Amino acid sequence: MIGLDIWMRENPLTYVWFGSYAVAMLIFAVEIAMVVHKRKITLQQVRLMREAGEEE
Amino acid sequence: MAINWFKYSAPTTFYGLAGKLIPWFAISAAILFAIGLYIGFVVAPMDAQQGEFYRIIFIHVPASMMSMFLYMIMAGYAALGLIFNTRLSAMMASAIAPTGALFALISLWTGALWGKPMWGAWWMWDARMTSELILLFLYLGFIALHASIDDPRRADRAAALLAIIGSVNVPIIYFSVKWWNTLHQGATIKFSGTSMHVAMQQAMFTMLLACWLYAIAVVLTRVRSIILERERNTTWITELPEMKR
Repeated sequence: MIGLDIWMRENPLTYVWFGSYAVAMLIFAVEIAMVVHKRKITLQQVRLMREAGEEE
Repeated sequence: MAINWFKYSAPTTFYGLAGKLIPWFAISAAILFAIGLYIGFVVAPMDAQQGEFYRIIFIHVPASMMSMFLYMIMAGYAALGLIFNTRLSAMMASAIAPTGALFALISLWTGALWGKPMWGAWWMWDARMTSELILLFLYLGFIALHASIDDPRRADRAAALLAIIGSVNVPIIYFSVKWWNTLHQGATIKFSGTSMHVAMQQAMFTMLLACWLYAIAVVLTRVRSIILERERNTTWITELPEMKR
């Protein structure tokens, strides 16, 4: 922990950038990937249900 | 030419409108994030007391504000759905919850990272931090409660009650710095003016606007999937161009 304290005071911009901004961007990227994936899956499911309905 | 806004309160018309708006919000958000980061890291000067560590403010404050705004909007939509039984309102409330939860998480995470060099601790049971943590739990509770009930309309009603009751926490977060002695400072930006450097203000407001546009783009994308899922048995869904591919 003391090592981290010294490191963050010696490299404040790296600490701020990677600790906060990179993590926030990663969270945004994961959320975007999740909503895009959800859309693809939902479209696929609805198409399959529609095709199954047409076959009946 | 008068626009009939009520027309867009129906999933049928809102679905198409949302699809057209998403790219504009997403592109604008990406541009504003780039501008905000440039001003925040290159243009804005170093703080006299906090050095470079203060730059966390450009993500921490917008994320915290978004977590509160989104909760109030979610509770508003949930209340509309509960009172008027409007389908789209409940769908919007469910679409907002995950984004709000992520903003609350970012706020807590970046707050911890800022707290360590400034206060010497990652976490303190400070009134604002504790109430923000409760906000995250409220979001998670809303999502979990909604997911635990199979019938979507019943799930909407149960989750709406939780959202409405939980909205009491938002003014507590906002006024916590006035009501209690906390580690957080009082409001810096007031209607009467601010002591912040102009470049710092510009970076913060640009990032806040970027977060707004990002949230709108993501929520609209999510609500389109919810509409598809819930309205799958209707004829208008089967007539959509993406269904014919």
